[in-house]
Amino acid sequence: MTDTRPFETQSAETQPAEARPVETQVFEYTPGAPTELELDADDPLHGEILKLNMGPQHPATHGVLRLKIELDGETIRDCYPDVGYLHRGKEKTCESLGWRKFFPHTDRMDYVQPLMNNCAYAMALENLAGVEVPGRAQELRVLLMELSRIMAHLIYLGTTAIDLGAVTMFFFTFTEREKIYTLLDAYTGHRMNNTYVRLGGVYADVDEDVAREIRAWIDTFPAKIDEFEQMLTGNRIWYDRNKDVGILTTEECQAWSLTGPILRASGSEWDQRKALPYSGYEEYEFDVPVGTIGDSYDRYLVRIEEMRQSVNICRQALDRLGKSRGGDYLLEDRRYVLPPKQRVHESMEELIFQFKVVTDMRLPKGEAYTGIESSKGELGFFVASDGTSEPLRCHVRAPGLMNVQVIPLLAKGRLLSDMMAIIGSLDFVMGEVDR
Amino acid sequence: MNPQDLIESVTSRFPDAVSSSHVFRADATVVVTPEGLLAVARFLKEDPELALNFLMDLSAVDYSAFGQGHARGLFASSGVAVAPSFLIPDLDPWPGPPGERFAVVYHFFSGTQRHRLRLVVPVPETRAAVESLTPLWPAANWLEREVWDMFGIRFEGHPDLKRILMYDGFEGHPLRKDYPVAKRQPLIGPQN
Repeated sequence: MTDTRPFETQSAETQPAEARPVETQVFEYTPGAPTELELDADDPLHGEILKLNMGPQHPATHGVLRLKIELDGETIRDCYPDVGYLHRGKEKTCESLGWRKFFPHTDRMDYVQPLMNNCAYAMALENLAGVEVPGRAQELRVLLMELSRIMAHLIYLGTTAIDLGAVTMFFFTFTEREKIYTLLDAYTGHRMNNTYVRLGGVYADVDEDVAREIRAWIDTFPAKIDEFEQMLTGNRIWYDRNKDVGILTTEECQAWSLTGPILRASGSEWDQRKALPYSGYEEYEFDVPVGTIGDSYDRYLVRIEEMRQSVNICRQALDRLGKSRGGDYLLEDRRYVLPPKQRVHESMEELIFQFKVVTDMRLPKGEAYTGIESSKGELGFFVASDGTSEPLRCHVRAPGLMNVQVIPLLAKGRLLSDMMAIIGSLDFVMGEVDR
Repeated sequence: MNPQDLIESVTSRFPDAVSSSHVFRADATVVVTPEGLLAVARFLKEDPELALNFLMDLSAVDYSAFGQGHARGLFASSGVAVAPSFLIPDLDPWPGPPGERFAVVYHFFSGTQRHRLRLVVPVPETRAAVESLTPLWPAANWLEREVWDMFGIRFEGHPDLKRILMYDGFEGHPLRKDYPVAKRQPLIGPQN
């Protein structure tokens, strides 16, 4: 007879998982007084400009960004970002592919939050077509968009931390991100590049088991955020590297078209989900975190809190999905939406509709712009149609492009090591910047 | 402010510069002549009631192939009679392209008033140039460089108008409709 007691006692020992309070250390700080850098006047090399090429293959540039930096000692005199190394001509591609076939390409723009891009593109097309999305599809989209936001913020957290020397954080955040990927794999069929959203709704309804798994993961995630905070928020090195680095005021954010967490970190309460709600965000309860002075540390705090709020929204979306079970998740409009496959096999008309949608889907003549609150700022799609099946124009308002543009403003006069904190906290993805 | 009021406040202030306006899908659009652009943009930014303090997006459209997107022709020879359901009339029709070959499209946005306004500036092919908005919004810098790069529309008064996504030795402007999708060019490395 085998004795199972040791196992039981073992599991009993690991049971008491009391929620530990987050230990955060409060540092003194004087708002609005960035630390003045003192140059060593006796340095024999003082005044001699060193030109440094950072990138395009630098691990800290989060893609292929090239920064031409002019250094005086370790101080950045000037900085010229050079983008375009990842330019794949997505906007031109859209014009030759057609509206439907461009969906997979939106995934590959900001590849850390593919579903958010899908949703933004679909919403722009729906705006141009003048159609309304069913309620359940909107709830599914909200769930996916908030999961994407968490994923993107986890990438920010992990990569910025590893750039600033906190290697462990990278593994912590990527472990959590991998769990979301596993959930999305079960849900949409792909880990990355999901192409799950369609014009008029989403491709398939959420499976009950998957919804339960998402809820189970959501329940564990707030404790993980506490763990991240325990490692970073009160960490002296993290604080010193980020505090008073890359300060952006609200006025500067307006002048440089910076939105999203960067604008909120500067003290502005602008959140499009609250101010100009889309996809039914007005019915969800969540708070908008704002910073005080708009430095890298504030941006970090804002993003951490945004993850907590996203968890709240996900939970509410799952509750609503439980209530709207069985509802339509895809619009029934044969001009733009494929008929269900089963009906295609049964009906000749549906077969024709499928054929027409695939080969010759046309949007009405006109222009439309739709912007949503992505994890990096306002992600907008400007679409123009001439009424034929070939798109006239599809322009992506990439928040990342604006974020990269502001690097010289923040970097001038700072130390080279501050560059890592600045690049990290601006949080851009070059696939979206270059398109 | 609702779209009609937005249009009204701009057109009443600049009757000469505004050539037309419309509301399509609840978006207010004002078509402005290239000469009046800078004055209108300054008014939009500084007027306290409009307060369009964000230049959210700046792009351009090439209308030279408008309506010429070839129908796939799959039904033409097959003899299958299909009544395409896109014949459903649009209750809120779009008035049509602004007339010139290009149009530079600005999307302004107000953080305080929570409204958006689209400004369309028709640009003829023979004189493809508009005033730069960099004195008003520094963010216009890269956006205008991108439009120059992709469409070959000049921005007068821009501090550093050069290619941004394509490289220096690139010939032509890829988002123009007469640039073939499959055209290839030798890739010339970056110059320091």
